[in-house]
Amino acid sequence: MAIHLYRIDDRLIHGQVVVGWGQPLNIRLIILVDDLVASSDWEKELYRMAVPPDMEVRFVDVAAAIRDHARYELDPRPGLLLTGDIASMHRLVAGVKAIGSVNLGGIHHRAGRSEKLRYIYLTPEEERELKELEAAGVEVTAQDVPSARAIPLPEVLEGAAR
Amino acid sequence: MSEKSGGGPGNPRAIVVGHGEFAGGLVSAVGQICGMADRLVVLTMMGMTPEDIEATIRDQLARTGARVIFTDLPAGSATIAARRIVKDDPGLVLVSGVNLATLLDFVFNTELSPTDAARAAAERGKASLIVVGR
Repeated sequence: MAIHLYRIDDRLIHGQVVVGWGQPLNIRLIILVDDLVASSDWEKELYRMAVPPDMEVRFVDVAAAIRDHARYELDPRPGLLLTGDIASMHRLVAGVKAIGSVNLGGIHHRAGRSEKLRYIYLTPEEERELKELEAAGVEVTAQDVPSARAIPLPEVLEGAAR
Repeated sequence: MSEKSGGGPGNPRAIVVGHGEFAGGLVSAVGQICGMADRLVVLTMMGMTPEDIEATIRDQLARTGARVIFTDLPAGSATIAARRIVKDDPGLVLVSGVNLATLLDFVFNTELSPTDAARAAAERGKASLIVVGR
């Protein structure tokens, strides 16, 4: 399997992704799936400059990620696929139907969201989309860094692990 | 994101922002060594969205008049936010990868403008990294 981690993180590429997960998993390829970033050369350059030279970043929108997913899996380099929101991952999972697990890495506070974990805040609509992912057979856990416990979705939604 | 001055009277010349308590620790060390922590504003970004991080840095730049942003990691959310801000205002300077030697050189260098002092301090900070032993 070329993609070792499917992660939802509203900060996209940042320290936890590049260093926290990137080093222990020896990540050499990041697939950044974001419709807005994929449409902006400046945004792509912004994130490309944030990764070390031995790590490639590909910028694609959700439609392209669905189309090219099988090719990502064939890439021999250890990979990490990243979306900035739950809706994009929800669309990707629905289109690919071959994603077994999703990591909730960081969805921070904004209006309409309620706290589930220190680093996970959700709207009712986002909760519904995550439940749909699990109903489709995708294991959803919250884990900001590798040394933390992977918290199953039901426990996340209860807010018991706060 | 929380914000505090390094302590004491003075006009802040730069904002320091990074992961966890990095910025607070670094500025605390500046204060302990030379008592000039008031030249720096400390920001933390824990629990913030990227939009909030950017908005808070912009707010602190406007409030304090600082023209320099120091961040820790090139891949960090603060660096990403700061690069967006510098794009909109080329008169600002961002230094990523800041260390204690960089900040000490910066706060002592009051002859140069803050932005020129930041560039000079970055060179001093690079040179401060040494390896001892085999």
